[in-house]
Formats: sequence, structure tokens, C-alpha cells
Amino acid sequence: MTPLLQIDNLDVRFKGARTVHAINDLSLTLMPGETLALLGESGSGKSVTLKTLLRLLKEKRTDLSGDIRFDGTDIMTLSGRALRSYRGGDVSMVFQDPGLALDPVYTVGQQIAETVMRHKGLSRENAMDVALDMLQRVRIPSPKRRLANYPHELSGGMRQRVMIALALACRPRLLLADEPTTALDATVQIQILLLLRELQREFGMGVIFVTHDIGVAVEISERIAVMYAGQIVEEGTTHEVIRNPRHPYTQGLLAANLHDVARGARLDAIPGAPPSLEVRPDSCSFAPRCPMALPACRQALPPVLTPGPRRRVACLRAGETLAAE
Amino acid sequence: MLSYFLRRLILVLPVAFGVSVVCFALVQIAPGDPLTAIMPVDATAEQQAAMRAAYGLDKPVPVQYLIWIGNLLQGEMGRSIASGRPVADEVFGAVGNSLLLAAAAAVIAFPIGTFLGFLAGYYRDTLLDRAVTALSITGVSVPNYWLGIVLVIIFSVNLGWLPSMGAGPGGSQDWHWDWAHMRHLVLPAVTLAVVPIGIVARTVRALAGDILSMDFVTALYAKGLSRGDVLRHVARNAAATALSVMGLQLGYLLGGSILIETVFNWPGSGFLLSNAIFQRDLPLLQGTILVLAMFFVGMNLIVDVAQAAIDPRVKRS
Ligand SMILES: Nc1ncnc2c1ncn2[C@@H]1O[C@H](COP(=O)(O)OP(=O)(O)OP(=O)(O)O)[C@@H](O)[C@H]1O
Ligand code: SF4
Ligand SMILES: [Mg+2]
Repeated sequence: MTPLLQIDNLDVRFKGARTVHAINDLSLTLMPGETLALLGESGSGKSVTLKTLLRLLKEKRTDLSGDIRFDGTDIMTLSGRALRSYRGGDVSMVFQDPGLALDPVYTVGQQIAETVMRHKGLSRENAMDVALDMLQRVRIPSPKRRLANYPHELSGGMRQRVMIALALACRPRLLLADEPTTALDATVQIQILLLLRELQREFGMGVIFVTHDIGVAVEISERIAVMYAGQIVEEGTTHEVIRNPRHPYTQGLLAANLHDVARGARLDAIPGAPPSLEVRPDSCSFAPRCPMALPACRQALPPVLTPGPRRRVACLRAGETLAAE
Repeated sequence: MLSYFLRRLILVLPVAFGVSVVCFALVQIAPGDPLTAIMPVDATAEQQAAMRAAYGLDKPVPVQYLIWIGNLLQGEMGRSIASGRPVADEVFGAVGNSLLLAAAAAVIAFPIGTFLGFLAGYYRDTLLDRAVTALSITGVSVPNYWLGIVLVIIFSVNLGWLPSMGAGPGGSQDWHWDWAHMRHLVLPAVTLAVVPIGIVARTVRALAGDILSMDFVTALYAKGLSRGDVLRHVARNAAATALSVMGLQLGYLLGGSILIETVFNWPGSGFLLSNAIFQRDLPLLQGTILVLAMFFVGMNLIVDVAQAAIDPRVKRS
């Protein structure tokens, strides 16, 4: 089966006043209908990864290299009409803050209908019908009236529902969700999560769900990829990663999180700060914070160990823990 | 929408009242006797008193105000002391000419300013942006009467292409939409347009730049819109603010062209105003200021309502 999405050796570097090596040799595969949580602390490159997938980064200010294929099609060379039909048609995105991601001077209905018109070639009237149907599916109360509302007239949770309706209106095969619940109240967060999970099952689409909340990742995803300093340091099924974390960073995250679940703490419980990424990492980026670091960790990039199919860990000492079992 | 309009209209009434009181008071506190300018030096006390009574200047001030307002409401603004003609005729004729000049300047300035500003905002921090910024700073800071004189020297004196004086051939006062009249409009309108070009360009640049860096623009691209579609969204977001700046500029163009009207001998309100001041023609001064001020108030009302019609967020506040 062709993977829905295949990223190979992706590098993203921001030029400008300050160079940032945001993504370094990232590879990732997603099969159709799969839900993957992309987990990592602030600045690890989660949003940049998603934006790169939709080719949303400004070309003049970024150096891109590597290979991205969506259902076998090369995404890095798409342009013009093909790029536009890919964006929002095949792959769509839900943003972190729905208050900022919707156009303030167009009604909710207009914004959903516009997308449908562009991608499906429907008339405005038919597109509005689709918009209404989508608002019903995301269970917005009195959807007919909401069509004519402006974003500022809705609550945060409702705006995020609108954003989801908009993203799914053209039945994409891959949904990119960039921390879609972080900006919302706790109770609303759960509702939105449940909604997303349900719609994912109904539409059968693949989902990449960015979060820095392990609880959320466990709730929604079949697979987890852990990001650190623009790389994926560990990947596996949710079960494998949670039960048997191999990378010291994942272990730290889990320990910190399990310990602090009651307080709802975030991932930043590991002492130290992530590297600045001004130069491309040539050794283990986690070494300065790693309790298991060896001198060798600071001399070369750690090898990638693959203890199982679609399971990998980028750590020099991952093999030891494996052997110890 | 209609109720918003009515509410704004009601809010305008006290403002209009305030303006009328200020206009009236302005003349009352002006030093000197308005009649001395036109009275023969050797006029007797009786002659003076008769003149005073004829112009209603012998009555108590509040009564004078009420009479003045009553007359105003009937379109009667008194007579010019200097020319003896009805103030209303003089003022509306002049304001009409100024409006023509202001509108011509606006027609030149607003599209150019908007276009330049949008370009600069879209290509922010590039050479193009810096060029537009330099141009608009220059436009705003060059004294425009000086620019007017330079243009006259080049295009009237040296090249002889365009006239430099008046609003029509042979100083004619009636406007016609023909080239003989319109060529008189070119130099003053271009001169007057320079400042608003700069201001509109800078406003639009800042607006477009800010809006383009907002998250929703990324989201628009993410849903597969073309650059044209996205720019339409940006323009719609910028419209309300840009419009209000343009409305204000139109107001300034109307009232702020005294120097330009003097340089080009344009028979407009600025010209009339300076004449009224020098001749101590109080009724005329009063009438001109009042009409200009009311125009400003009306302009603000229109801008407010238009803004509310365009931008859904405005109605709330
Ligand atoms: N347009 C840009 N120009 C320069 N640097 C950028 C740009 N966008 C992101 N970066 C940098 O790239 C790195 C990764 O950023 P990214 O937004 O992907 O982090 P993230 O994992 O999404 O974090 P968060 O959880 O805070 O959203 C950061 O160091 C950030 O400063
Ligand atoms: S490679 Fe070394 S420093 Fe890096 S995570 Fe593994 S043990 Fe720690
Ligand atoms: Mg992010």
C-alpha cells in the first residue's frame, strides 16, 4: 500500500537576521486513515513541520530540502493550480488559535463556502448548503443562524468547531491539527477532542495531531512521534511509546507527566532548555540535558535503532536498555 | 444598519449645536467693530446707530444668536458686509469650487496612495518598500505652496502648457465641464494631491503589512486560495480604516487649501476665508467657517456609517 504521507530527510532552515535550523533530517511515514500524535516541547519544530507539509513557509526566507510525497505525489515541486488544489483539498489544517485563524470580516458561512467553491466548483448557493451541513456535523447549535455570524460573535469553542468544519468541508484525506485545543478551556478541550476523533472515524482520514500534552496524545492517536530539536527522536505505536519509552527524552517526559498528571503540568518539566538551533546539530541535541549522556554522545549523531517494524529510537544507548530487558 | 445611522445622526446634533455656538462666539470675541471697515470715517452717531440696527448688532448677544440660527435654518445667512451680496451665495459658490478642487485632488491621490501603499506593504522591507516610504515622506514634508509655485514655473511659465490662475478662462466664475475649464484644475489639484498621496500610502502600507502578517492569511493560503483571493481578503480587512483616513483627508483638502487657493487664485472657500478675514467681513467669515465645519461633521458621519457598513466589528463598540 502507498503511504498517505512520506517525508524523507527533510531539512528546514530559516535564513535572515538569525539562522534557525528548525528541522533536521526528519523522516516520517503515515498510512491512510492513521492518526499520529506529534509530541514535543515548545520550539521543537512541530508547527514548522506542518507548515512545510502545506508549503506555507515563505520561499525567500527558508531553505528546504528533502522529499515529501503525498499519496506518491511529490509535494516539494508542486506549484500553481496543483498546489492550490492540494492545499485545503487533499490536506487541510486546523490552527491553534481559531480566534486568529479566521478572517474577522467575513461570515463563517462565507469562509466555509469559499473553500468549497474553490475546490469543488460549486455555486455559492450549493456551497452554502455544504457549509450548513458541515456546521451540523461539528454540532454547532442553531447552525443556520451561525452561518451569518462573524467570528467575533462566537465563543472560542464554537470558533474551533467552525475551523474544523472548514478544514473538513472538502473531505481531505489528511488533516493537520496544530494544537487545536490548547487555546480552549479544559471542558471545551475534551469536547473538541471527542469531536475530532469521531469525525476522523467517520471520514476515515489520516490525522497528524500536534500537541505537547501526553494525555491528549494517548487519547487521540494510534501512533506517537516524539520531536526534539527538529528531529524525531522516537516513534512507535502509542502503546509501545507509552509502555516502553526508549529515548531518555521520552522517558523524562513520561516520568514528569505521570508524576504531575493531577496538576495538569506540561512537558517542560525536564530541567534545562532545548538548543538554540543556530547551527545544525552534529551530535545528540539532547546530550546537555540527558541524565544518561556519555562522552560519545557529544561526538557524533546518535545511531537510529529500529527495535521493531515502524519503531525507531535515535539514541546511542537505546540498545543497552533493550539488551538489559 | 438604519438604527445605527439614526443613532449616529442623533449624536451629531449636539456637535452641530456646539459648532454653531463656537462660530457665533468667534465673531463676538473678535476685537474691533465690524462696521468700521465699511462706514465712512465721518459718519455721525445716528448714522452709526442706524447701520447697527440694520445689521441687528444693537440687540443682546443671545437674541442675536437666536435670530442668526433662525435665519440659518431658512437658508438665510445674512449679507456680506464687504460686497453686500447674500453670504449664502458667496459661501456656497466658493465651497463648491473648493469641493471641486478637493474632489479632483482626492481622485488623483486616493488611488495612487492606495496602490503605492499596497505595493509597499506587500513587498515590505524590500527596495520597493523603501522607495515608496521615501516618496511618501517627501510628499508629506514638502511645503505644498512651494511645490505649487515650482509647478507653475515649470508648466505655466516655462512650458506654457497649463494656466496658473483662476478657475476658468478670463477669470470666469462659472464652472463648465470642458477642457478650457478643466485645464485650470490640473496644477492646483496635483499640488494639493501630494500630501494625501503620502498619508494614504503610509496608512495603507502599515495596514496591509500588518494584515499580511496575521495568522488568518496563512490560514487562507492553507485552504487553497490564490494570491488574488488572499489579497481581496486583505483589502476587505483594510478597507474600513483606509476609508476613514481618506474621509478625514477629504475634509482637510476642503479646509486646508487656503495657501494653494491663494497661490493659484482659485475662487474657493480658503480664498473667501482669507478675504473675509482681511476685510473684517464678519457675516461672511461666520458663514464660511460654519459651512466648512458642518461639512467636516457631515463627512465624519458618512465615514462612520460607511465604516460600520464595511466592517462587522465596528458596530459593537
Ligand atoms: N518564520 C520563521 N522564521 C524564523 N524562525 C522560525 C520561523 N518559524 C519558526 N521558527 C523557529 O523554528 C523553531 C521551531 O518552531 P515551531 O513553531 O515549529 O515550534 P513548535 O514546536 O510548534 O512550538 P510550539 O509548541 O511553541 O508551537 C523555533 O526555534 C522557532 O523560533
Ligand atoms: S544519545 Fe546519548 S545524550 Fe542522546 S539521548 Fe541517547 S544517551 Fe542521551
Ligand atoms: Mg507550534
